[in-house]
Amino acid sequence: MNWQAVKSIYNFEMQRTRRSLMQSIISPVVSTLLYFVVFGSAIGSRIQEVDGIDYGAFIVPGLIMLTILTQSVSNASFGIYFPKFTGTIYEVMSAPISFFEIVLGYVGAATTKSMILGIIILITASFIVDVTIAHPILMMVFMLLTCISFSLLGFIIGIWADSFEKLQLIPLLVVTPLVFLGGSFYSVSMLPDIWQTITYFNPVLYLVSGFRWAFFEMSDVSPVVSLVAVSVFLFGCLAVIYWMFKTGYKLKS
Amino acid sequence: MKPIISIQNLSKIYEGGFTALDDVNLEVGEGEIIALLGPNGAGKTTLISTICGIINASSGQVRVNGFDIVKDFRQTRSIIGLVPQELTTDAFESVWDTVSFSRGLFGKSKSPKLIEKILKDLSLWDKKDSKLMTLSGGMKRRVMIAKALSHEPRVLFLDEPSAGVDVELRKDMWRVVEELRQTGVTIILTTHYIEEAEAIADRIAVINRGKIVLVEDKAELMQKLGKKTLTVQISKELKSIPKALSKYNLELSDDKMSLTYAYDASGKRTGITSLLSDLSTAKILVRDIETKQSSLEDIFVGLVSEGAGS
Repeated sequence: MNWQAVKSIYNFEMQRTRRSLMQSIISPVVSTLLYFVVFGSAIGSRIQEVDGIDYGAFIVPGLIMLTILTQSVSNASFGIYFPKFTGTIYEVMSAPISFFEIVLGYVGAATTKSMILGIIILITASFIVDVTIAHPILMMVFMLLTCISFSLLGFIIGIWADSFEKLQLIPLLVVTPLVFLGGSFYSVSMLPDIWQTITYFNPVLYLVSGFRWAFFEMSDVSPVVSLVAVSVFLFGCLAVIYWMFKTGYKLKS
Repeated sequence: MKPIISIQNLSKIYEGGFTALDDVNLEVGEGEIIALLGPNGAGKTTLISTICGIINASSGQVRVNGFDIVKDFRQTRSIIGLVPQELTTDAFESVWDTVSFSRGLFGKSKSPKLIEKILKDLSLWDKKDSKLMTLSGGMKRRVMIAKALSHEPRVLFLDEPSAGVDVELRKDMWRVVEELRQTGVTIILTTHYIEEAEAIADRIAVINRGKIVLVEDKAELMQKLGKKTLTVQISKELKSIPKALSKYNLELSDDKMSLTYAYDASGKRTGITSLLSDLSTAKILVRDIETKQSSLEDIFVGLVSEGAGS
């Protein structure tokens, strides 16, 4: 293992976050606080409880998921797309470093950023609503697995994209709608039957559901199913990235 | 000389069907400086990029220091440094950070002393904290060289390093190349500046349309292919070349005041003595004599135009 290279890529990416602190950390936190105001105060005043849980607290796992999913995708995709765009990717491609080490560096940094954001949002939320976490370790495991798997998805998007428009396409048209329709702000049981069935095809439901179970011991699907789903997604993304490096897809001519 | 790079039957055909490399065979000895010459689109950058792992070869094999560039990529890439043709830099990084990043990427632990030496050698020390976007094109080129040297490579590829840089940097770079040569670093240089190849290379390889047209020791090449010409200035205008001098294939200048004679300098007899004697016999008075050796550029142009014609 070329740990020195992994560390270099990781530090380089984290340095980028420090340089753009406003954009990387503060802006998502402000957005999340706005969600709390809109969903927690405006809608929450009409919906007191969901399955016995205060609505304000109920949306906390969903809000954290919304942020870490979108941020994981955007950080990881930008991280690999930017060197492709500027041409500096030649250095990574000509270095004595394997695909796994490259992924570890870029995805590791994107995951760290998302985890930091998730924890900041959780702390911020605890000042606004009363949040109790039934299974803190499991909650962290879910958060970590989600950050890793969606950072991997972002990495794939970053390699696939050959323009800034494409870089935004999947996060805007696929990821964000899936998060909103994945039970972030409501329980699936609140939906009509047909929409419930459709929602079960949404992979984000399993993430939000498992994550919420770690908080309140209640969820739309079993936490075991959620854990399996996120693991399958993670290994699926890894397999795609392996193929991309093996064939040189959009990386080598 | 033990080869550090061995290229066998290397071909690269791009998706569109364009053949960039066509059955290339080449060996580069350890510690030598080889200049790869060729017109635009000849395959120079493709060849370098393939050896460095940036482009996948269609067929053939490349070994660096005895290791296969695909199977043993860690061993091969760890000793290779690359200065690409394009000025690609991270605009927001500082000079120090970007050079240190390159060293780490190649698995080397931090070495501030070495980075300091490299930056000083390339006259970049006073710019170490400057962001790359604030640097001029020439300074960026120096940074690219510093990045490539940061992990102490044994093989260095310089892909048109002098493109768009001033004379000062070119000379700085030649000095760095000379220092590297003394430490045993093998250098493969592509350039459009023939005088650059002439000044620093040990061997010349000419590539055209993806094929290696010629690989030759520079001095031998100059001797073998380099024609010498003798120009004789005469004191009176000559209407035509006398029949007695026809065996010399002389060329009469437009102003009819000089005769040019091409000869093989490496031959036992150059024919100069007999020419001068015959000129005297023909009552042609000589005012001045000048000899000139054809440059590498003349040889290169000759080779490439031959290839284009075939």
